[in-house]
Amino acid sequence: MKVTIDGIEIDVPKGTTILQAARMIGHEVAPPTMCYYSKLKTSGGYCRTCLVKVTQGSAANPNPMPKPVASCRTEVMEGMVVQNVTSPDILEARKGVVEFLLLNHPLDCPVCDQAGECDLQDLSYGHGTEKSRLEFKKREYEVIDIGNKIKLHMNRCIHCYRCVKVAEQLTDGRVHGMMHRGDASEITTYIENVIENDFSGNVIDVCPVGALTDKTFRFKQRVWFTKPVDAHRDCKKCKGNVRLWYKGEDILRVTGRKDEWGEVEDFICNECRFDKKKTSDWVIEGPTKVNRHSVISQNHYTHLNELKVQIMKQQKALGFMKIDKRP
Amino acid sequence: MKLTNRSKVVSNKVMSTSEKIYLPEIIKGMLITGSHLFKRRATVKYPDELRPMAPVYRGQHVLKRDENGAERCTSCGMCAVACPAEAITMESGERKKGEEHLYREEKYARIYEINMLRCIFCGLCEEACPKEAIFLTDRLVDVEFEREDFIYGKDKLVEKIDKRIDVTKRQTIEVAEFKKIPGTKHNTLWNGKKIKGH
Repeated sequence: MKVTIDGIEIDVPKGTTILQAARMIGHEVAPPTMCYYSKLKTSGGYCRTCLVKVTQGSAANPNPMPKPVASCRTEVMEGMVVQNVTSPDILEARKGVVEFLLLNHPLDCPVCDQAGECDLQDLSYGHGTEKSRLEFKKREYEVIDIGNKIKLHMNRCIHCYRCVKVAEQLTDGRVHGMMHRGDASEITTYIENVIENDFSGNVIDVCPVGALTDKTFRFKQRVWFTKPVDAHRDCKKCKGNVRLWYKGEDILRVTGRKDEWGEVEDFICNECRFDKKKTSDWVIEGPTKVNRHSVISQNHYTHLNELKVQIMKQQKALGFMKIDKRP
Repeated sequence: MKLTNRSKVVSNKVMSTSEKIYLPEIIKGMLITGSHLFKRRATVKYPDELRPMAPVYRGQHVLKRDENGAERCTSCGMCAVACPAEAITMESGERKKGEEHLYREEKYARIYEINMLRCIFCGLCEEACPKEAIFLTDRLVDVEFEREDFIYGKDKLVEKIDKRIDVTKRQTIEVAEFKKIPGTKHNTLWNGKKIKGH
C-alpha cells in the first residue's frame, strides 16, 4: 500500500497504522507518542498526542477526514495522504493536547527522578507553550509504595494505561488498574496491594512520566550524571539484555534497553533489575550510544572522539599535508 | 619563503645624533612621570579602603533559605550541568517526616560542594537554578593555605539562619514577575538608570 506522509511516499503492508508507517520513514515525520507502545497490544488511543491530518482518505475516496485522527489507531489505506508537521492545524492541536496533559501534571521536575528521560518533558519542550492557563489547584494524591521496589506518584500520572497493559500482558495476574472516572481517575492497587510478580518492574520502564519510579534509585543521582552501559547476563526468566547506569564504579540502577522511540527492546525480570547491582554480575558489552543532543550525553564528551575522527577525515579530504612534510 | 601574508619586514634604521643623546626623550618621560604626581591616585590602600563593588558582582556563592528558614535547594543538578568548569557536585537525600522546617521540598542536597579553584564565577549556576536557591554575592572568596580548603561544602555555602544574605539586587525583573512579587524593583540600582535589556 502506498501512503504519503508529509510529502514522503512509502510502501507499507496492509494493516499498518499511520504511526508505524511514519516511524518507518524516520524521526522527522513520526508523531510523538505518550501512550502508544509498540510492544504492548491494544496500547494507544488515550493521549491524542499522535494526532495527524488526513487530507486524502484513500485513492478510491479522495475526501479528507473531517477531524484530526489518532495515528496510532488508524490504519493506512491505498493512496492515503497524511500531514503531520507540515500542517499548522496539527501543531496547534498538539499544543492543546500538551496543555491538557500538563493540566494536572506537577512542575516538580527538579525533584522527579524521571527528569532527563521523561517523554512528557521532551514533548512539552517540543510542542508545548511556556505558560499554563490553569487557574485552579492541581489534583493531589499521597505518594504510594507499591511493594518495596516501586514508588507511585499519582500526581504525575497522565493516564496512558501502559503499566496496566504491562500487568495484563506480561504478568499472570493484574492487581492494579484505573479506578474512578474522568478527572478523579487514578492508577491504584486497591487498598495498596503489593504488586508481586517477576516482571512487575517493567511498569517503571514503560511509564512515560515519573509516576512509577524505581525505589532503589530514588534520589540517588540525576540521570544525566550517570553513564549508561549495555550489558547482559544469563537469566532463566528473561533475556538478560539490560542497560546499567553507572556513577563512578557503582551501578545505581538497571533498566531495559530503550530503542530510538523510547521503548524497551526486551522486558527484563525483577531479579535483573533490582538485585544484580554489581559489575561482577554482568558481562559488559560497552557504553551505550547516546544521541549527542540528549541530556544524558552532557559532560560525557564521548562524542568528541567521533568528532575528532570526522575532523581528521575532513582534513584529509581537503588535502592538508602532515605538519612534518611541509616545506 | 613567506609562510603567511601577515609577516612584516623588520627595519634596522640607524639613529641620528640627536636621538643618540636620549636627553629629549628622557625629559619627555620625566614630565609624564611628574605630571602623575598631581593626578588622582589609581590605587587604593586596600585593606583599609575598599573599592566600590557593583551590586551584581559575582563573588562567593550562597545557598539561600526561604522565608521559613528551610533550604531552597532541591538538588536538581541544573547548576552542576550548567557549570562550564564542572566545579559543582552534589548528592541528594530524602526529607524525612519532621524535617519540613529544614528543607523546602521532599528532596534536598545532602552534600553540596563547590570547588572554588575550579569555579570561574560566570554565574551560570545562578541562571540555571529553578528554585532561586543559589546566588553569587559580592563577598570575596577567602585565601586558604590548603587546596582542600577551597572545596566549599554546605557549612560554608548555606546562609546562616540568623545571618541572612541579601540578594534582592540580583533578582531580575523576569524572576520577580515569575514569582509575582508586587512592588519590587530589581536591577534598577545603577544611579537610577535602567540596565539595558530590562
